[in-house]
Amino acid sequence: MNTEIITKSYPQPPFCEKEILRYAGCKAANEETQLLLQSCIDEAKCRLLYNVCWRELTFDTDGNVCNFGLFSFSFEKLAKNLCGCKSVILFCATVGIAMDRLIAKYNRLSPARAVMLQALGSERVEALCDSFCEDMMKSRNITLRPRFSPGYGDLPLAVQRDIFSVLDCSKRLAVFLNDSLLMSPSKSVTAFAGICE
Amino acid sequence: MTFSEFLKDNIVCFDGGMGTLLQARGLRPGELPELWNITHSDVITDIHRAYYDAGSNVVSTNTFGANILKFSSDELREIIKAALDNARAAKELSTSKKEKFIALDIGPTGKLLRPLGDLDFEDAVSVFAETVRIGAEFGADLIIIETMNDCYETKAALLAAKENSTLPVIVSNAYGEDGKLMTGASPGAMVAMLEGMGADAIGANCSLGPGQLRGVCEELLANASIPVMLQPNAGLPKSIDGKTVFDITADEFADEVISLVKKGLRVIGGCCGTTPDYIRKLSQRADACRPLDITPKNLTVVSSYTHAVVFGASPILIGERINPTGKKRFKQALLESDMDYILTEGVNQQDKGVHILDVNVGLPDIDEVEMLKNTVCELQAIIDLPLQIDTSDAAAMETALRRYNGKAMINSVNGKAESMAAVFPLVKKYGGLVVALTLDENGIPESADDRFAIAEKILRTAEEYGIDKKDIIFDTLAMTISADTSAALSTLSSLKRIKNELGCHTSLGVSNVSFGLPNRDAINGTFFALALENGLSAAIMNPYSVDMMRTYYTYRALKNLDENCSDYISAADSFTVVSGSAAVSEPKKSTEEYKSELQHAIIKGFKDKAGEITLELLKSTKPLDIVQNEIIPALNTVGEGFEKKTIYLPQLLMSAEAAKSAFENIKASLPADSGKSEANATFVIATVKGDIHDIGKNIVKLLLENYGFNVVDLGRDVAPEKIVEAVVSHHAPFAGLSALMTTTVPAMEETIGLLREKAPWCKAVVGGAVLTQEYADRIGADKYAKDAMEAVRYAEAVSSGDMNT
Repeated sequence: MNTEIITKSYPQPPFCEKEILRYAGCKAANEETQLLLQSCIDEAKCRLLYNVCWRELTFDTDGNVCNFGLFSFSFEKLAKNLCGCKSVILFCATVGIAMDRLIAKYNRLSPARAVMLQALGSERVEALCDSFCEDMMKSRNITLRPRFSPGYGDLPLAVQRDIFSVLDCSKRLAVFLNDSLLMSPSKSVTAFAGICE
Repeated sequence: MTFSEFLKDNIVCFDGGMGTLLQARGLRPGELPELWNITHSDVITDIHRAYYDAGSNVVSTNTFGANILKFSSDELREIIKAALDNARAAKELSTSKKEKFIALDIGPTGKLLRPLGDLDFEDAVSVFAETVRIGAEFGADLIIIETMNDCYETKAALLAAKENSTLPVIVSNAYGEDGKLMTGASPGAMVAMLEGMGADAIGANCSLGPGQLRGVCEELLANASIPVMLQPNAGLPKSIDGKTVFDITADEFADEVISLVKKGLRVIGGCCGTTPDYIRKLSQRADACRPLDITPKNLTVVSSYTHAVVFGASPILIGERINPTGKKRFKQALLESDMDYILTEGVNQQDKGVHILDVNVGLPDIDEVEMLKNTVCELQAIIDLPLQIDTSDAAAMETALRRYNGKAMINSVNGKAESMAAVFPLVKKYGGLVVALTLDENGIPESADDRFAIAEKILRTAEEYGIDKKDIIFDTLAMTISADTSAALSTLSSLKRIKNELGCHTSLGVSNVSFGLPNRDAINGTFFALALENGLSAAIMNPYSVDMMRTYYTYRALKNLDENCSDYISAADSFTVVSGSAAVSEPKKSTEEYKSELQHAIIKGFKDKAGEITLELLKSTKPLDIVQNEIIPALNTVGEGFEKKTIYLPQLLMSAEAAKSAFENIKASLPADSGKSEANATFVIATVKGDIHDIGKNIVKLLLENYGFNVVDLGRDVAPEKIVEAVVSHHAPFAGLSALMTTTVPAMEETIGLLREKAPWCKAVVGGAVLTQEYADRIGADKYAKDAMEAVRYAEAVSSGDMNT
């Protein structure tokens, strides 16, 4: 098992416009919205990073208690999600701080653009998580359970403190945990992905 | 021998990794290594000793994460004392004959500073200050601040080190594969800031192997006039049979680092994955090298948190528009603390291509210290250009320089003793490039000789403060030729002498030259060209001026400063002034289904067009008629569409922005005092304490403004007391509170409680991602608005008395 924290950069995953619009609360896009979306992609594209760090943890359950070796907590839905796995991949993915700067800028100048950039950032980091999980499965010839993040199904955000203590995200990725337990850069994701035998 | 003396003439060898060795000796993941100074002092002493024996001149104490965020004050003191004791014991036990020193090691806090994170700059300074004070008290020889991946936090740490000790300080950053810090700063930007603040050496460590850090190291060497340090990892970690192995051997590591020593690198060592074996090979080879002299680079440079701007042959443009002088609308924005307006001026100038933004917010009726600090912080949150801090108030200057993220330009000092005594200590402490005006107690001399003499005096005085002449840029003062037709000639000839004889860079506020004359831009453009030819390095100017921009681009093209004339070619179209009528010609067809062109522009969300059409309409229509008959109906169309879900959020916002651009022009056409009509209700709006997410709040603000409410925006992360204070002082009938996270809902409840007590007339409107009707009821809100339109509708209904209770 690989206990070291590994950091890796990924190439830009393809953009899914439908998904971005969905995040922006748009069921349908008129011509102007489409133009806005395109210009947001053009502006953000060259500023985004696609960085991930991860490590492998041992796993066993005792009822609802999820035991990851380095830390453990009791949470039913996650225990169910990871049931039967002997190890999990714990990872953090980020598209970098430049996205937050762009969003902050247009938050002051153009809320329409800020909403679209927010949506774009969410789509980007999810696409990065997909790339990462695919890469793990292919390169190691394993199958991963659907990833599970703090905040999903009431998995408390407090778990972030444990995650940050073992993943060293601030040093590896410049992803920081704020006192509110949300992350900076905001377009970052931490997640557990169970390895199927 | 002190460390500073040793650094002067030698290659200094630091130690290697600590973490990997501790793990090998039993440190468990998640365990705090700093505690081992106390619990395993023998192990720590052993490791230090192994590095000294391997040839290290300096070992770094095991205090990377030793700060008051992680430990109690007493614990921290004990840890740092033990860490220094361990290093001292190792120094005495070591059989090495080399000079030996102990560095107090300081790593990052693990928190990101505001505005992107939640740690306040001054709080960060305090955190580092505590560690520095203890380290200095217990006998460290020097301080090493290392593995920093954010420019602002690096500044906080260096400032704390300088303010709380007299020890030499080495500052080292962690660069990514793209050659920048993960929060965006280039090596050149870091050199500008850190050298300006008085770091004794700067460098790079961790994250990558020596080969991958070569580019970063070379950029540091090219820019720094102080020693450069490199402590790379032993390559990249790989997992072989469950064991972590780094991919570069001790020999390869030493070869790579030594090849950079031959280019001028002076401080060497290793980071993650390096062991005493790596350091032994490195120090042996370093012993055979002669240290290269450190040459002054004489770069005149300023920086932001991303990049440096170097003064040289190509002219530097400094945007002058953030300044209330002679600008009615800007004054109004300052008095109303309308930060959005000020930020828009900044962004527009950036889009026009300026390199630096001048920031002047001095007005008699405002607290300049607070205003300048806030403006600098707000500008830096969204614009990555270096700023020129422009104020005559020394207290405001100091506060702004302290908070500034990078190396600022400072406007200004002059030849008066009083001015130099106030400004030079700030330049020395915080770093900066200061504009020096060639005037003194006797005013502005007419002759070029006398101005030159003042420049010489300023340089002499700066030297006494330890400020290098590369950090002084002279402004020989452009005076209007309408009063004295020889004025421009004096300015130009003193400019030329300063450039040629003193070797200093120069800057001018170009537009003063034409004061009192018609078509001032014509004069300004030509004067700018003459000044450039006489050696002008930078101009404080209006980037919206076609004449000035034409001079800039043509000068660069003619002087072989614009490769393939490509900048000129892409800008050339903008030099042709388009007459108003020809500029806006839109096919009539598309507007047929709309009642008017303006309504069409608003409904479609064409921001610029809505503004232009409004300007045109204002020539023939009363401002209020445009609002009543055009803007409000268009907004209602869009609002209803949003409520019926035929229009979605981005479209609603694009329309709102178009309407805002129409309103801006209407507002500008009204007399200054009629902007705030009595009839308009005031809406105080804020994101509650602890919550830094403000997009929802900004959306509500935009729509409320559209519907004519006076919005007092307090920003994000606002304390209950501050919200209530604003509600009381404006006697606001509404307070809009936004929260995104469940963790901050209690702060919302607290705010409502305080409102009930101090401002019982005020309706509390709440919204945000986590809120529901049920939640809103529980915390005692008057209204839960599920989206921005609902907040507007509610406020309208209450204002018109429909729902008054």
